[in-house]
Amino acid sequence: MNITLRVWRQANAASEGRMVTYQVQDVSEDMSFLEMLDLLNEDLTVKGEEPIAFDHDCREGICGMCGVVINGTAHGRGNSPVATTTCQLHMRSFSDGATIDVEPWRAGAFPVIKDLVVDRSAFDRIIQAGGYVSVNTGSAPDAHANAVGKLKADRAFDAATCIGCGACVAACPNHSGMLFTAAKITHLAMLPQGQPERHLRIKKMLATHDAEGFGGCTNIGECAAVCPKEIPFDTISQLNRDLIASLFKRDGK
Amino acid sequence: MSLVATTTLTPHQSAVRSTVALKALMAVTGLLMIGFLLMHMFGNSKMFLGEESFNHYAEWLKVEMLYPLLPKGWFIWIFRAVMAAAIVLHIYSALTLWRRAKLASPATYEAKRRLAQTYSARTMRWGGIILAGLLIFHLAQFTVHATLVAGPFTGSPYQMVLSEFKIWWMVALYALWMVTVCMHIRHGFWSAFATLGANTSPKAQVVLNACAWAVALLLYIGFMVMPVAVLFGWIG
Repeated sequence: MNITLRVWRQANAASEGRMVTYQVQDVSEDMSFLEMLDLLNEDLTVKGEEPIAFDHDCREGICGMCGVVINGTAHGRGNSPVATTTCQLHMRSFSDGATIDVEPWRAGAFPVIKDLVVDRSAFDRIIQAGGYVSVNTGSAPDAHANAVGKLKADRAFDAATCIGCGACVAACPNHSGMLFTAAKITHLAMLPQGQPERHLRIKKMLATHDAEGFGGCTNIGECAAVCPKEIPFDTISQLNRDLIASLFKRDGK
Repeated sequence: MSLVATTTLTPHQSAVRSTVALKALMAVTGLLMIGFLLMHMFGNSKMFLGEESFNHYAEWLKVEMLYPLLPKGWFIWIFRAVMAAAIVLHIYSALTLWRRAKLASPATYEAKRRLAQTYSARTMRWGGIILAGLLIFHLAQFTVHATLVAGPFTGSPYQMVLSEFKIWWMVALYALWMVTVCMHIRHGFWSAFATLGANTSPKAQVVLNACAWAVALLLYIGFMVMPVAVLFGWIG
């Protein structure tokens, strides 16, 4: 396959970026999208040009490191019924001779570091604000000491699969981090271990979410449509419900 | 006051000022207005019962409603104050959230492909501005005109409605306005319930969206039947 790539190139956070066009020859349709970028980068290196910077780590769709907007959809899912991360998107999804636009996540809370790499540490600060359970980590508790109903356990597990890639923010017209925040809120709200700090957690995490410069949710649904882990859209409603309930509780209650 | 929560606020203060609290305010005021529209639609249907019936209903709304719990004529002003407050709070939260969303997105994509959003959802903000502008026209046309201008319609709301909707372009403008209103409700109804925590599962999402469509269509048909009937001379 021969591909025409239009890639966002930006030397650093302070400089202006622009779309640059590259031709990539002899692409195998079995390559992942990132392997195709590797191929281009080898070519650029041989020519003495600066290779394209992009984030990646496990390359098996579970770490949340990679992620770029491909032809206007986060992770390049497009019309495919299969949710995917960028590393699990393969070149057979594109036709020979295609022109592909590649851009970084665009959000005020995710400033571009270089080329396709953005700084997602705002997510870390949201988790630091309350996305944990304060427990005395002594010896392991007895199995079944804390019974969790099947439906709640399933819901907690579904929400807990979030890998924090940031596709939800990239796809959201308001650049809201609500699906990410809601995934952690729902995960802990379904479990007995999450109950003591439930109301304080939502207040602190949402305060940090807003302060980091993410927008508000308008229930449009672009986030869940691109989520590689298919975090349920209804987790956001869970977050809303918990926040409204927390308004009637004093801090620490 | 800073636009976003700062670390100097307590968690509770941040929660009260959060985007979600603002959304909840927008949801509650929006649902209040949808409730009003359903009542308004019911009131319009009195036009089909003839001049005496409609005028009696209008008189009852303005003077007799809740009498003797309230003195005569009080209810309408309390009601107007509540609706005005709802509109102001709805617009305030919308503008504040719009501004936050603008600040959150400094750059746009070269290529953008939408997977989930509907036309109604995409046009909530500008559509809201257009329908608010036409609301001012509507109130000037019927409420202020009837209250402040001692014109030829004094004493007969029925005659006033007839004379306005006998004009074809007035009905056309009204039809267009109701499209913007009902599109706003199509997304707003679902969004309000999702914001208040009712979207509990994928099935709930389908049900809420179906209800939103039903309410929007009901309001459109309900509001258009009477003006069309007046235009074609089926009434009066």
